[in-house]
Amino acid sequence: MTDTPAKIQIRNLHMSFGSKVVLNGLDLKVGVGESVVVIGGSGVGKSVMLKCVLGLLEPEQGSICIDGEEVVGMSPKDRDRVMRKFGMLFQGAALFDSLPVWQNVAFGLVQAMGMELQKAKEIALNKLAQVGLGPEVGELWPAELSGGMKKRVALARAIATDPEVIFFDEPTTGLDPIMGDIINDLVVKCVRELGATTLSITHDMASARKIADRIAMLHGGRIIWAGSVADIDHSNDAYVDQFIHGKAEGPIKMEVRA
Amino acid sequence: MPVLAPIGRVFLAFLEATGRFGLFTGTALSHCLRPPFFPRAILHQMVEIGYYSLPVVGLTAIFTGMVLALQSYTGFARFNAESQIAAVVVLSVTRELAPVLAGLMVAGRIGAAMSAEIGTMRVTEQIDALSTLSTNPFKYLIAPRLIAGITMLPLLVFVADIIGIFGGYLISVYKLDFNPASYLKLTFEHLENIDVVSGLVKAAVFGFIVALMGCYHGYHSKGGAQGVGQATTNAVVSASILIFASNYVLTALFFGT
Ligand SMILES: Nc1ncnc2c1ncn2[C@@H]1O[C@H](COP(=O)(O)OP(=O)(O)OP(=O)(O)O)[C@@H](O)[C@H]1O
Ligand SMILES: [Mg+2]
Repeated sequence: MTDTPAKIQIRNLHMSFGSKVVLNGLDLKVGVGESVVVIGGSGVGKSVMLKCVLGLLEPEQGSICIDGEEVVGMSPKDRDRVMRKFGMLFQGAALFDSLPVWQNVAFGLVQAMGMELQKAKEIALNKLAQVGLGPEVGELWPAELSGGMKKRVALARAIATDPEVIFFDEPTTGLDPIMGDIINDLVVKCVRELGATTLSITHDMASARKIADRIAMLHGGRIIWAGSVADIDHSNDAYVDQFIHGKAEGPIKMEVRA
Repeated sequence: MPVLAPIGRVFLAFLEATGRFGLFTGTALSHCLRPPFFPRAILHQMVEIGYYSLPVVGLTAIFTGMVLALQSYTGFARFNAESQIAAVVVLSVTRELAPVLAGLMVAGRIGAAMSAEIGTMRVTEQIDALSTLSTNPFKYLIAPRLIAGITMLPLLVFVADIIGIFGGYLISVYKLDFNPASYLKLTFEHLENIDVVSGLVKAAVFGFIVALMGCYHGYHSKGGAQGVGQATTNAVVSASILIFASNYVLTALFFGT
């Protein structure tokens, strides 16, 4: 899959907060229509990497190309244009709690695409149905939803504008295994239906195996291993082995204290 | 030099904070002037600030007017100058007390709410989510609040002027036994346009300060619930202090010699 044209190409990405270096020369390529999952321990900078791609954080150094177009240091206007290709599922769902559920899902349609409210509502209810939520849920407020429902609504919001690229930040964490698997299936189904390119983050191996074409492991600020799902069980990489088997002993030393 | 290093650090931090604040203010103002606007969001904030603050500001104004009449009576009675009470009430209320007290009450009510709401949106990544949905948070969240603050506070203060003067009238007529007609006549004799206008200009500035501080501290809050609490405190305290400071500057500009 590595010779498909790149949808997202990250080169030599550096990012630190104060004296804490988080990303240290990260390279990653996501091909058109490919589903790449980045795995790695807590706090290694997976979310930071996504936020750099989304333009929410400005990297200190390095290059990020979307469809061959450099986005680091882009003008707000161009950035806005690129942003319209994206959909994002945030780690904590990040639903707007001042808006009812259907308006959350319809938000991108109304604000970014200037769609009429009535039409947007129709589409929003459709997308909610796609993630298995009935129209009555659309009238609820985000605060009235359980964690699993929030994730589903956030998923519906991420796919509402039929984006070309979808980012998933830990779609299954904090859910029970069954709900986690339901979300995984929804992610796979939605992505297939849209034909979208996805870049996902997780530290849940079951989820990674299910949604990935290719898996990349982030450690120490860079990608230390990348390969197909089939290869991950015989990667011959001590770091990867330790991670996928969830062992405390191994080369990875967790920073228990920040 | 080990002594100079910390001083330098503090100075640099100060410069950084000032720069960040200046940039925030400039960006926020530019988004207030450039379309697209969010009329529903603006209207919502206007109702929140203008309409729902009326009871609080009205109560503040009426008691202030009443206490002014009472205090100046006990003071002036010694000099036999009760007729000055109407002047004291009308001038203090329109020039100073209505704008400053309304500004402070709104800082407590609205500034706190703004920074708590925006701060929560920041720490729960809702502001990031706005950006990914192609919506500029400055346009959608901050500009409507600034516009509403700048336009609604003068209206509130105008109402407070009337209620405050009425409070003074109540005490003067019903407690101090003044003649209602002559009290009103004295009130309007002393009142000039500039008194009301200066108060309303102050109000617009205070409204801007309250909304700006609420938004700024909320927007830059970090670290979960505690960070949001801290941001809220900072918003109210800084807005209050800036209200007092700018009140002095504005008074000097209007009436200073
Ligand atoms: N805005 C920020 N300011 C300062 N430090 C930050 C900021 N965002 C992230 N960090 C730091 O960067 C590091 C990586 O954070 P990140 O959120 O990317 O971790 P993660 O890999 O997504 O972990 P998790 O799986 O727990 O979500 C952390 O040590 C965090 O403290
Ligand atoms: Mg994360």
